[in-house]
Amino acid sequence: MVRLDMYREYILDHYKQPHNFGTLDDPDISHEDVNHLCGDEIRIDVKLDAEGRVADVRFKGRGCAISQASASILTDTIKGMSLDEIKELSKDDVVEYLGIPLGPVRLKCALLSLQVLHAGVYAYAPPEGPGAAVSPRQGTADTRHPGKGPVQQKASE
Amino acid sequence: MIERTLLDVNALRQDFPALRRLVHGRPLVYLDNAATSQKPEAVLRALDEYYREHNANVHRGIHTLAEEATALYEGAREKVARFINAPGPAEVVFTKSSTEALNLVAYGWAYHNLREGDEVVVTVMEHHSNLVPWQLACRRTGARLRHLDIDDEGYLRLDQLDEVLSPRTRLVAVTHVSNVLGTINPVAEITRRARAAGALVVVDGSQAAPQMPVDVQALGCDFYALTGHKMLGPTGVGALWGRRALLEAMEPFLGGGEMIKNVRLEDAEWNEVPHKFEAGTPNIAQAIGLGAAVDYLQAVGMDNVRVHERELTAHALEALATVPGVTVYGPREVEHRGGAVTFSVEGIHPHDLATVLDQEFGVAIRAGHHCAQPLMNRLGVLATARASFYLYNLPEEADRLVEGIRQAQRLFGV
Repeated sequence: MVRLDMYREYILDHYKQPHNFGTLDDPDISHEDVNHLCGDEIRIDVKLDAEGRVADVRFKGRGCAISQASASILTDTIKGMSLDEIKELSKDDVVEYLGIPLGPVRLKCALLSLQVLHAGVYAYAPPEGPGAAVSPRQGTADTRHPGKGPVQQKASE
Repeated sequence: MIERTLLDVNALRQDFPALRRLVHGRPLVYLDNAATSQKPEAVLRALDEYYREHNANVHRGIHTLAEEATALYEGAREKVARFINAPGPAEVVFTKSSTEALNLVAYGWAYHNLREGDEVVVTVMEHHSNLVPWQLACRRTGARLRHLDIDDEGYLRLDQLDEVLSPRTRLVAVTHVSNVLGTINPVAEITRRARAAGALVVVDGSQAAPQMPVDVQALGCDFYALTGHKMLGPTGVGALWGRRALLEAMEPFLGGGEMIKNVRLEDAEWNEVPHKFEAGTPNIAQAIGLGAAVDYLQAVGMDNVRVHERELTAHALEALATVPGVTVYGPREVEHRGGAVTFSVEGIHPHDLATVLDQEFGVAIRAGHHCAQPLMNRLGVLATARASFYLYNLPEEADRLVEGIRQAQRLFGV
């Protein structure tokens, strides 16, 4: 069978064996949120290097194949990126790297991980001056309304 | 032993144009009836005829069309009243949905009658529409919300009802049939015990009215809410039945035209029930459409609908039991359950399952929390899949569902 474009093999591979799965002990950015419509949950931890680029990233979550595969691919994608580059990531990038047709409902599943990441990144305040302690920032922004973040979805509930 | 169905389902299906649709090249298998039902030609015709021939505002004009429209609209009210064996049509208020009907009780009764320290009892299996209005009412009045739990099979814990009820209980809100577990609740018994404790009982009949005979007088409750679109009618119309004395004592919900008798600049006198609660131009066409839906259901016979649903549910439960990794929620005994079968498949998120079923099999099911998040938490699941049957569904369609689940399991390698 597999007429189903949405469940191409690499999507199912990422779902069954997600990359960068887990949490970080001392993340600079840590944020989580749920898609209440589906019950999908995603948490993303990011550790930055001295230049403020992504040195390491982990995600943890539960949910449908699309939300989990999307998070897996996203975490691969952002390694080495600066926060400004992450802020530039958009819905179109997610659609492109997933490479599958998605209707409006499943698009929400696909975008959850980027929304969580953006909320964490926008809430992040870099430590002031050299030598300042880098403390984990527990994101508090409402990711459903990320404000200036490029990924915005209208609430449909 | 289950009685054989008296329905000629194949003939009846001809009345529903949407059932002739293809979805992704396959005949539609519509198993999302607990969300909304499809509509028969008779209902579509009633809507069309109203707009083409009788369109006018109700209760005002002196002209012919206004009289026709009013007669059709009030005729629909009489049909709904008879359908649920209400003592009279004046006790049936048209609303836009059962959600609005339940909110009408919250705004019109609870906000004015609950006091600090009073208690409202809900159950963990309520749809958000029969939970959130009571949360709001409690927040506003200082009343306390208590809840009745379920057991592991999905029955209400009636053994705990007397502990949950107290001299301060003013209202008990319970669904007649669960939209998730399918459980048919013993509303008459709950009502008897709640009223003995001095509480009013409001029943959410959204799932029950479409699929089984409802007699509000036999149930003994005080309010009963239903919605048209789940029982072959159009969207945008529902109804609240309430005891006349209660409705007469209640404050209006919305103010405006139609709901008044006499208006001065400073104040106004309310119209008689049910018009007191129908401010503004109502959903005339939709109410007439609901009347046509009720006619259709009564011609089929609600006893027949119930028997058919019970047979289909039994067939579906049996078929699902043959699939490894499938967990079905709710009572095993079909006598105690309506036509909604909620389940999960190990290793496959319900959204993924719903996508495979839709795209590969043309099978429409619901996936998610079914507007019952507290119940999902109680069951310990994030989301579930739900197949729900109605009078036009065939056993073969339940088989198609099972075939689709097996295919999804192959695709996901579980």
